[in-house]
Amino acid sequence: MARNSILGVFAKSPIKPLEKHIRLVTKCCNQLTPFFAACAEQDWATAGKLRTKISKYERDADDLKRKIRLELPGGLFMPVDRADLLELLTQQDKIANKAKDIAGRIFGRKLVIPETLQASFVTYVARNIDAAEKAADAINELDDLLETGFRGREVELVEKMINQLDEIEDDTDGMQIKLRSDLLAIENDLNPVDVMFLYQIIEWIGDLADLAERVGSRLEILLARK
Amino acid sequence: MDILLTHGPMLVIMAGVVGFFMAWGIGANDVANAMGTSVGSKALTIKQAILIAMVFEFAGAYLAGGEVTSTIRKGIIDASYFVDSPELLVFGMISALFAAATWLLIASILGWPVSTTHSIVGAIVGFAAVGVSPDAVEWGKVLGIVGSWIITPLISGIIAFIIFNSAQKLIFDTDNPLAQAKRWVPFYMFLAGFVLALVTIKKGLKHLGLNIGSVDGYVYAIIAAVIVAVIGKIFINRLKFDESAAKKTHYANVEKVFALLMIVTACAMAFAHGSNDVANAIGPLAAVVSIVGNDGEIAAKSAIAWWILPLGGFGIVAGLALFGHKVIATIGNGITHLTPSRGFAAELAAACTVVIASGTGLPISTTQTLVGAVLGVGMARGIAAINLSVVRNIVVSWVITLPVGAGLSIVFFWGMVAIFT
Repeated sequence: MARNSILGVFAKSPIKPLEKHIRLVTKCCNQLTPFFAACAEQDWATAGKLRTKISKYERDADDLKRKIRLELPGGLFMPVDRADLLELLTQQDKIANKAKDIAGRIFGRKLVIPETLQASFVTYVARNIDAAEKAADAINELDDLLETGFRGREVELVEKMINQLDEIEDDTDGMQIKLRSDLLAIENDLNPVDVMFLYQIIEWIGDLADLAERVGSRLEILLARK
Repeated sequence: MDILLTHGPMLVIMAGVVGFFMAWGIGANDVANAMGTSVGSKALTIKQAILIAMVFEFAGAYLAGGEVTSTIRKGIIDASYFVDSPELLVFGMISALFAAATWLLIASILGWPVSTTHSIVGAIVGFAAVGVSPDAVEWGKVLGIVGSWIITPLISGIIAFIIFNSAQKLIFDTDNPLAQAKRWVPFYMFLAGFVLALVTIKKGLKHLGLNIGSVDGYVYAIIAAVIVAVIGKIFINRLKFDESAAKKTHYANVEKVFALLMIVTACAMAFAHGSNDVANAIGPLAAVVSIVGNDGEIAAKSAIAWWILPLGGFGIVAGLALFGHKVIATIGNGITHLTPSRGFAAELAAACTVVIASGTGLPISTTQTLVGAVLGVGMARGIAAINLSVVRNIVVSWVITLPVGAGLSIVFFWGMVAIFT
């Protein structure tokens, strides 16, 4: 008797799961702060636990991503383009993947951030996580966007958030350049292989903000259509 | 003729029982569609929905069901064709009822979303065209009815689109949506009350023996609507808002105001449904009663016997009371993201369309009209996801219902003719 009703017309909304997904992604990123703190103290036991936690969140996000995709069949009539929505989801998921890669690489090599870089490195990580958080804030506006039919003030609000996200990403770019040159200054005193990986890690952390920015632009495209 | 004299009372009882059963089926099954959006968007609990449905379905059936009943009774068939053999019309109407009720039962068991309106119209056309003669059908009127099935979802879709967009402009896309909601929601309540009151006064009170002039009618309708709006406003002012919720999701409080509005539109929906769908059960019954009551004379002008509309109303309420709970419970679960602000737009648009159609005597499908309204809100980008394959299934079931209803009714008709003659 369940199908004999008007309510079968309403399909499961992908918006709440999408918001849940980005929350998982930021949870994953946020673990990087204590992870790097543990690494700085060379407390590898704690760092290992945190890395496992990051992997777990990343897997959860992956599972949720798959579930959302399966629950979004082609025959749906939605206020936003289905392809845009799925692309947004893919971009969100990449942030978590990157966080997992970073933790994995650091922990695998027991890579230590040089003492002199430590302070600016911590702020750099924090700023990149800020970007992910800002992207999550913007995604969390999706249900309010639905309330307002994807137009008007709410759209302006989200666009403002996306602009802020862009600014944060700019910040991280500047910080990255600074970190690289600081590393260049001391690289002769370090193990060459470690230096290679340090450059890579700096780049990967910067990718967090890049990817977060890309989530913002996908959201912008989503809003611009129709 | 003799058949009617000897078996007259039995035939009336037969028609009465099947008619009641049909009304019961409409109550048990169809009402879920009318009330589903209110329950689904959590504006009403199941108990509240059943209570509202009982009161307003009955009111709708009794106060505004007369016009559509007349159409079903004598609008589809050319009565002059049956002057010499009125018993055929009696048999046919009973067969049509049997056919529609049987189909409703089968479809309910299988979980198909059929329209009772389509099955009864298909059944009546079927027995008349095949069992008697194609000339016995008023094809022009049938075409009009079928045309209305295409046009009404379209109209309700457009109205829903406009209502939803107006709510966006007036309430959601403003600096203070909550204050705007408090200000404008009573106007929507006014609109719902006005349309309902107007159709009731214009079309319903006539057969109750009250005649109200056309200007007076508008005045009374406005008075009734103002009363509805004022009561609504009082309830809105008594609402308690959660200040902390305003920060997290700032539309949560706005939706609370719309939930109140949805109670009004749910009443409207139940009323509209009662006014239109009761005829599917009692229209044929009314025809049988009038022919038997006039000793076989097919009176063109006779009024509907006083007890028929209440019988249909009670049938619907009985169905609701016994099974409505279960049916609404199965559909009320698991629905996400249908907030009262969208539900109201769809319901108000559908209710207005159905009530107006009831006033003009057009038998239309409530579910179909509601689906049209939902799509209208969807077009306005108001609903997260609409399952088009389900919409397609619903449309297909409508199309199938016509020939099936006709076929069943032809079989029953031949059976009855064979038994009684």
